[in-house]
Amino acid sequence: MLNVLLARWQFGILTIYHFLFVPLTIGLAVLIALMETIYVRTGDETYKRMAKFWGKMFLVNFALGVATGIMQEFQFGMNWSAYSRFVGDVFGPPLAIEALAAFFLESTFVAVWLFGWDRLSKRVHLLAIWLTAAGVSISALWILTANAFMQEPRGYVIHNGRAEMSNFWSLLGNPQLWVEFPHVWFGAISTGAFFITGVSAWYLLKKRHLKEFTRSFQIGIVVALVSSVLTIVLGHSQAQHLMKAQPMKMAASEAQWDTSSEHAPWSVFALIDEEHHRNTLNVEIPYLLSILAYNHTYGKVEGINQLQKQYERTYGPGNYIPSVWVTYWSFRVMVLAGVLMLLLALYGVYLVLKNRLRQHPTFLRAMIGAIFLPPIAHSTGWIMTEMGRQPWVVMGLQKTIDGVSSTVTTPMIWTTLLGFGILYLVLGIVDVYLFVRIIRQGPDFEKDPSEMDAKLPHPAT
Amino acid sequence: MILNIVWFILIAILFTGFFVLEGFDYGVGILTPFLGRTDEQRRLIINTIGPFWDANEVWLITAAGAMFAAFPHWYATLFSGFYIALFLLLVALIVRAVAFEFRSKISNPRWRSTWDWLLFVGSVLPPFLWGVAIANFIRGVPIDSHMNYVGTFWSLITPFSIMGGLSLLLLSTLSGALYISLRTVGEMQARARETARGIGALTSLVMFLFAVICFYNTDLFSKTGIDPGGVPVLAAMTLLSVPFFIYAKRDGWAFLMTSLTIVFSSITVFLHLFPRVMISSLNPDWSLTIYNAASGPYSLRVMTIITVIVLPFVLAYQAWTYWVFRHRLRPGGHLDY
Repeated sequence: MLNVLLARWQFGILTIYHFLFVPLTIGLAVLIALMETIYVRTGDETYKRMAKFWGKMFLVNFALGVATGIMQEFQFGMNWSAYSRFVGDVFGPPLAIEALAAFFLESTFVAVWLFGWDRLSKRVHLLAIWLTAAGVSISALWILTANAFMQEPRGYVIHNGRAEMSNFWSLLGNPQLWVEFPHVWFGAISTGAFFITGVSAWYLLKKRHLKEFTRSFQIGIVVALVSSVLTIVLGHSQAQHLMKAQPMKMAASEAQWDTSSEHAPWSVFALIDEEHHRNTLNVEIPYLLSILAYNHTYGKVEGINQLQKQYERTYGPGNYIPSVWVTYWSFRVMVLAGVLMLLLALYGVYLVLKNRLRQHPTFLRAMIGAIFLPPIAHSTGWIMTEMGRQPWVVMGLQKTIDGVSSTVTTPMIWTTLLGFGILYLVLGIVDVYLFVRIIRQGPDFEKDPSEMDAKLPHPAT
Repeated sequence: MILNIVWFILIAILFTGFFVLEGFDYGVGILTPFLGRTDEQRRLIINTIGPFWDANEVWLITAAGAMFAAFPHWYATLFSGFYIALFLLLVALIVRAVAFEFRSKISNPRWRSTWDWLLFVGSVLPPFLWGVAIANFIRGVPIDSHMNYVGTFWSLITPFSIMGGLSLLLLSTLSGALYISLRTVGEMQARARETARGIGALTSLVMFLFAVICFYNTDLFSKTGIDPGGVPVLAAMTLLSVPFFIYAKRDGWAFLMTSLTIVFSSITVFLHLFPRVMISSLNPDWSLTIYNAASGPYSLRVMTIITVIVLPFVLAYQAWTYWVFRHRLRPGGHLDY
């Protein structure tokens, strides 16, 4: 039992850490590609300088995303070998395709982009950043194909006690994937957009490089608004899909112990007593849960207790209730972060249109803080998705407890848990330090930005 | 059934590609602190692999992904069995990857040299650990009837496996030295050649010793069935030709021959394994093979189709990047990032 707990902690920590970098990588790649596209089409050097400056941030972040990403592929085999044996047939191919079709693309062209400014024509160079952006996005598509299988198994048959792929198209056409991927992808775009607007806001407050950062802010805030709206809309459709596909996760994320009345209210704040299956306090908005679930003011939402009985009939005796507390609150934090993002982006676009941005320093300061909203939303979103599926590692097919490596001992997991934990902590500190330093130092747009910290003699050859 | 063989060959190709490509780029990482006497020289050396190292590493990631998809039991047994060794490998890879990016961000000499030494450590460990792993692959490891590895971390470490580790480490370093001499001019090129000459002799010696121990520790040279035959001989011949090409200042040929040594050695290992993927030292019947460790025929077919479509593009654009960045780097020239 301890092994399962430690292995889960390790998976959770490493995955959430990795996923701090991935959405920013996706978002920045697309935004930098947009900036460079404007540069190539208009010939305005300002956009080239912008692309180079944000590219510097992008590369630090990309390096950490790649470095921590290697871990993700290996830990299925290290701590979850029973899981890997059971689903390797279905789960392995998307991972292999991810490496073949996405990792090669992004890692090759990010280097072409970085080292190719002087070697390639403008158009080929522009193509390199678009291919990088495509690579990181395709990567997300395939990893979510694998994840969607864990949420809602499709396209498989059970054969010799293992899940074997029987239909690739239904694996790829998994309805869960097509609500999950767009939601995550637009969330990633908004991560990049809020990062760029936040950092730009800092420069605008300091009145440095106003031209570059006003334009960066403008591009960023428009993308932030569009992507926030789409993330929320797509999140809504994902929640509606959840009602059908994983009702227990939905019930847990609402702390809905018993099946609701015909008009289900939405809980804003609840004190949850998991032991006695009840909420000691519940502040609710009438009708809202029915609306969220069905787009009507009516419609029942199934309760945890009823679902538990139903699952016992299907899967045999056992506890099929995830941690309600964790699922409920991670969902609410995610939603709150999303709503704040939407409101800030709306107000920001309004100020940009009225050309009154720099008269509102408080708003600019708020935008610096807003850099952290998307990562909070991503992390809590993942916690809800993964914790809400428990006790299953593959919904309905394999329990988490049965997926763990049987030959890996507790001290071994402790070693890697602490080892990676300390390593990641140190890298995180260095990363933040470097980001702050790069921002403080500021782009030296007078010189070539790629040389600004080199401080090396460059005698003529 | 034929697809099981196809995937065994594909994974062998991916690992071979990884050993060749990351071989020289680990070598460059290992040599950076020694060949680069000034910060500018170190930057120059790192820049020789700057545009390539990340894509090279993807060869390993793809090999592991293909292993997971085509032979899930191989993936599960290996990764849970070689747990601590893999942990060390992953730490090395993570540290190495960030070192490339972090070192250049601050010009403080202590910052730079810290990351250069971490780059060194991150470049030494992977080829050494892979060499140890390969030695254990060819000799066999304790695998029980449930396909589980029942040894410990320390049972992986034997004089034999350490020799295997040293062999791959030296081959990589040699390859790296030759690569640097190919991508630089003047003083740096001369220094890289000198280093290659020194390592070349040592590499031949260690590889020869390893082959001798292999004879006593494994059935590598006596296995019936598919006979490794000429391949190990080719590996030995290409390796022995390296010193002559270095002496003749034919860096390109020397680099090619070192790469071929890695290719032929890798083929030797995979031929020896076939049709097994992991050998059980407890009972030959408990070995994992390309049949009992594999995914179903449907999965293999899907992946084959996708690979046939995607792989040519991957190879084409990777080759293209080597073409774009083929120029020799000169001190004082424009040094990006």
